[in-house]
Amino acid sequence: MTWLTALAAIVAREALRFVHQRERFVAALVRPLVWLLVFAAGFRAALGLSIIPPYQTYITYETYIVPGLCGMILLFNGMQSSLSLVYDREMGSMRLLLTAPLPRWWLLLSKLLASTAISILQVYAFLAIAALFDITVAPLGYLTVLPALIVAGLMLGALGLALSSFIKQLENFAGVMNFVIFPMFFLSSALYPLWKMAESSELLHDICAVNPFTHAVELIRFALYTQLAPWSLLWTLLAAALFSALAIWGYDPQRGLTRKRA
Amino acid sequence: MIPASSFPKYLGGSPKDGGQRPPSPARRNPLPMIRAACIATVLALPAQADEIWVTNEHDDTISVIDTDTLEVTRTIETGERPRGITFSKDHSVVYICASDSDAVQVMDPVSGEILHDLPSGEDPEQFVLAPDNRHLYIANEDDAITTVVDTETRTVVAQIDVGIEPEGMAISPDGTIAITTSETTNMAHWIDTATQELFANTLVDSRPRHAEFVKDGTELWVSSEIGGTITVFDVATQAEKAKIDFDLPNIHPDRVQPVGFEFTTGDTHAFVALGPSNHLAVVDAETYEVEDYILVGRRVWHMAFDADRARLFTTNGISGDVTVVDVASRKPIKTIKVGRFPWGAAFRPTN
Repeated sequence: MTWLTALAAIVAREALRFVHQRERFVAALVRPLVWLLVFAAGFRAALGLSIIPPYQTYITYETYIVPGLCGMILLFNGMQSSLSLVYDREMGSMRLLLTAPLPRWWLLLSKLLASTAISILQVYAFLAIAALFDITVAPLGYLTVLPALIVAGLMLGALGLALSSFIKQLENFAGVMNFVIFPMFFLSSALYPLWKMAESSELLHDICAVNPFTHAVELIRFALYTQLAPWSLLWTLLAAALFSALAIWGYDPQRGLTRKRA
Repeated sequence: MIPASSFPKYLGGSPKDGGQRPPSPARRNPLPMIRAACIATVLALPAQADEIWVTNEHDDTISVIDTDTLEVTRTIETGERPRGITFSKDHSVVYICASDSDAVQVMDPVSGEILHDLPSGEDPEQFVLAPDNRHLYIANEDDAITTVVDTETRTVVAQIDVGIEPEGMAISPDGTIAITTSETTNMAHWIDTATQELFANTLVDSRPRHAEFVKDGTELWVSSEIGGTITVFDVATQAEKAKIDFDLPNIHPDRVQPVGFEFTTGDTHAFVALGPSNHLAVVDAETYEVEDYILVGRRVWHMAFDADRARLFTTNGISGDVTVVDVASRKPIKTIKVGRFPWGAAFRPTN
């Protein structure tokens, strides 16, 4: 019972934080919308020379980058929630949380679920705005994308958690931006299909192909068209397990990096 | 469905032994009946879905697309460089402009066999079948001539001098006026079908490609590929009524080249193929305003609707495929690979 109480409390806290920071919600939406409506509009004619699955016909660039931008929301939110953990640590509320008489991994998982749920809300808000601009996916896709968003959101949230266990100060977060978010986003299939990458550089293509973010995006892309990308699902799950293990290890007072600080 | 009983005796055996047969052959020897039933089933199978026929200019073939599964079910050999394609009114034969064979070929659409060639004049590119289901009006691109062929006697009825490089062909619903557009002279030539003589010539924008009578023959629409416009004429006075321009965001105006167009039920909207801009335009046929642009394959030339005009099939020459557009939502659904350089398209109902 206490386990569920803890989960409810953490989710409620995350939800409160979300509700109280409406600017954050807007900011999180503005970022992908700028990409969609400004960047993609300029590239409108750039794509559409070849049909790749899951697409059945020629698509505009706007249509192509929608799954990548869904992934972008999940990625930034995963990092944002890790930022809030660093903040919690600095403020001392983290210590309070971690003294709860429950296994640490459960607390971390609760935190992960809470932040993922909020990310998914933002993704749906983004998809709704995109639909207003007549950038739509398969009608059933809005439903079938949900499990994909959960898996991808958990994976990227776990990555954020793992990172936060290694970040000692809030100021270091800029480094995360530079060394994690940007490479992950740009070295993926979010902005360009992988075959296009391969045309310019095989190495770039290979880096993109192992990037878990690529697989999160592909999982979302196929799900938006009611199809399953099994290989991407496997890859995303593996990455999620790895990052979670890393986070649990990182937050373990016996072994992890938090020990030095305590 | 074709009932098995409609099949003649030869399916059950040669007529020779017919007389010697006991009154109920089926009971004694069920084989003929079974065979007849099987053949009926086999023949009835392809009749379940309608078809779109697409001519592949560089492959010298026709790709047949099933309108239900949206897949190519047959590929049929034709003469050289097939372009214009049209079915007879009862869809019993299909006429194909085999441009480089200098012939209009007549094909049995069931077997895919060429029945015979019609004399067509040189380099036939497009044609139109008169409402009498008998006379074909053929544009001879290289000869500056429109040839009128009687499909029953297989003879040339008339040859009419028109402008240079004739291409677009249309005929009014009552069959009294035929139109040829000439790509180099930039004119629509109005032919009186009673006398087979020109009675008017009207200027249009550069390189007219396609013409169509609409709204019960009161309006004539002519597309100009290089001019990038569609000119609408009042048929009674042959006066220009409207001009439609296309303006695609992010695409250079030179690449906006209107060619083929078709009308939705009731002639309320026109779908216009815009060539190398890789888009279709949707035009309100009352206000002449462009309402939408739809992304299809590369260099879209012509198109055909399915039976209830719910779906549109466009021929994309350079990408070698056919894009299926949902007419109600104006969204592309699927793109189907066909032969090289698909050009013309025609609808064939099968039931």
